[in-house]
Amino acid sequence: MPPAVVLVTGVSRWLGGALAAELAADPSIERVIGVDTVPPSPAMLRRLGRTEFVRADIRNPLIGKVIAAASVDTVVHMNISSTPAGSGGRVPMKELNVIGTMQLLAACQRAPSVRRFVLKSTSAVYGASSRDPAVFTEAMQARRVPSGGFAKDSLDIESYVRAFARRRPDVDAAVLRFTNFIGPRIDSLLTGFFRMPVVPTALGYDARVQLLHEDDALAVLVRATTGPFVGTVNVGGQGTLLLSQAIRRLGRIEVPLPSPALGSVGRLSRRFGFVDYSPEQMRFLNFGRVVDTTVLRTEFGYTPRYTTETALNDYARTVSPVLAPSSVQSVTSRAQSVLSRAGELASAVGERLHPTPPAPGLRAVQDA
Amino acid sequence: MPEARVIPLRPDDDESFVPVAVPAGLEEQLAGGLEFLRRRATGDYETDEFGFDPDLTDHVLLPLLRPLFQKWFRVETQGLENVPDVGGALVVANHSGTLPADALMTMVALRDEHPAQRRLRLLGADLVFDLPFLGTMSRKMGTTLACNEDAERLLTEGEVVGVFPEGFKGIGKPFRERYTLQRFGRGGFVTAALRTGKPIIPCAIVGAEEIYPMIGNAKTAARLLGLPYFPITPTFPLLGPLGLLPLPSKWLIAFGEPIETASYGPAAAEDPMLVFNLTDQVRETIQHSLYQLLLQRKSVFS
Repeated sequence: MPPAVVLVTGVSRWLGGALAAELAADPSIERVIGVDTVPPSPAMLRRLGRTEFVRADIRNPLIGKVIAAASVDTVVHMNISSTPAGSGGRVPMKELNVIGTMQLLAACQRAPSVRRFVLKSTSAVYGASSRDPAVFTEAMQARRVPSGGFAKDSLDIESYVRAFARRRPDVDAAVLRFTNFIGPRIDSLLTGFFRMPVVPTALGYDARVQLLHEDDALAVLVRATTGPFVGTVNVGGQGTLLLSQAIRRLGRIEVPLPSPALGSVGRLSRRFGFVDYSPEQMRFLNFGRVVDTTVLRTEFGYTPRYTTETALNDYARTVSPVLAPSSVQSVTSRAQSVLSRAGELASAVGERLHPTPPAPGLRAVQDA
Repeated sequence: MPEARVIPLRPDDDESFVPVAVPAGLEEQLAGGLEFLRRRATGDYETDEFGFDPDLTDHVLLPLLRPLFQKWFRVETQGLENVPDVGGALVVANHSGTLPADALMTMVALRDEHPAQRRLRLLGADLVFDLPFLGTMSRKMGTTLACNEDAERLLTEGEVVGVFPEGFKGIGKPFRERYTLQRFGRGGFVTAALRTGKPIIPCAIVGAEEIYPMIGNAKTAARLLGLPYFPITPTFPLLGPLGLLPLPSKWLIAFGEPIETASYGPAAAEDPMLVFNLTDQVRETIQHSLYQLLLQRKSVFS
């Protein structure tokens, strides 16, 4: 049964807005309500179509009134901030993530109309450390429990959602653990990271990176909102790349820095509002993380259209490479032609110096 | 005696005698190297979820190890037919030599001398992955963390997995205990084989014990550096970096007959008695074949 009234939190961000727009375009859904603390951009507003926008803070009990008044039956919680930069510091970020989720869940628990709860979570809950198994399945837990930042918030949020699902067994809860997003339009940690012409990385480390294309992320969210899936699922593209490899494929210049220096570069870049190199992101950039997506393809029933590699290629269309593959190609082919000419010259000189002995004049001995 | 050559039967054919083409070794190698550099600069190569980089392994790491394998240790392999051409298998070997050269040489042996050029995917201690450079390089070489999840995933994917259950107890043991096997961990490798139904191939390595004969262990230095042991050999740290040069001992690597595990069924992994028995069986087999190989070897260096 498709949902009648859907509430989407965090609708002013690209992914939330795209989901609301997609749901609004579905005539079987009666109402789509978008909630965010900041109004969506004019371009986003045009896309949102018949979505009703409510400017509210999920930390405010007002959200309960919205849910009750509209008799919302499906809640998609996406208002989770991954970087302190996006929400004005670590304290407001934690406030929004943890307290916001608690308020939203409290409101949902009170509303008898709610039947489905979809959480946009992250694979960061698995942490990132040297003691990790190479591939995480949904049943595994972090080997080193993340001690702070986005990953810790996400762990807390997931545990609140599980507790909510226990208290309201009639509500179907779906938890989507997304890997890193990438794509031409989405704004994620890695898209900002890869846009820098010179990418500082940790010297002596190379992370395994699994990406998810924005279109696949959107399709999975739509399916989770309208479909019957209950439980936790890892969402990521097929295949992995090494961080250094991704940087090279994008034609970026990698600058490996010793970890202490990287820390100060991180603080500096955070101050200027660039990329966030928090200790947690650093650990991710050191070790990386890969998740098993068997549940996504079988139980959830969605196979991402983009692999990690093709998703990166699609993103690469929007960044102009500093070191273009074609120029590398031309340099190596020029070197190759120089080389073959030198080889020809050398063999000619060699021929002159040591001429090949003439063919031995052997004759078949004829029978008498 | 001169080399045999084709003798033209008709005199007219004499003109068309073509000299044997000299292999353009250097030039081709340089061109191949340029192509390799292009691939590396543009990221145009494959890596897997374990961080394995076959391109780098085949073109840089294995060529670096090959002289050590062929010229320095003059490794002889036996029983390669016991390693299957396709499908997963768990190679279990003794560990020794202060630095894990035995793991690397076994990898070269299977890649270069096995008819199917199998890649050995090693399982490494977590210390390896804690260290910068070494951890990354190990992953690029196909090594992953020694944990059941990774071992089972690799075996299910049909890879040959190499494991050294003695761990630091084996590699860091004093020289006087050479060729005596230490305790075989907690038998995790047997459960991995049982769960996936892949055969266990016992592997005995002779020669690695003598590359860095460890006559002492500087425990304080080890504790300060966070290492499980700090070796003192006749040349290290006395001769400084020169002491890192391994002694050119003669190596023998023997792959024994596979111990089949599929018939027990995956549920057998939950039976600790069976796991202990299989662990002991593998250990005994390796110890026995170590003694046999030692008898075959004329002396340590020949």
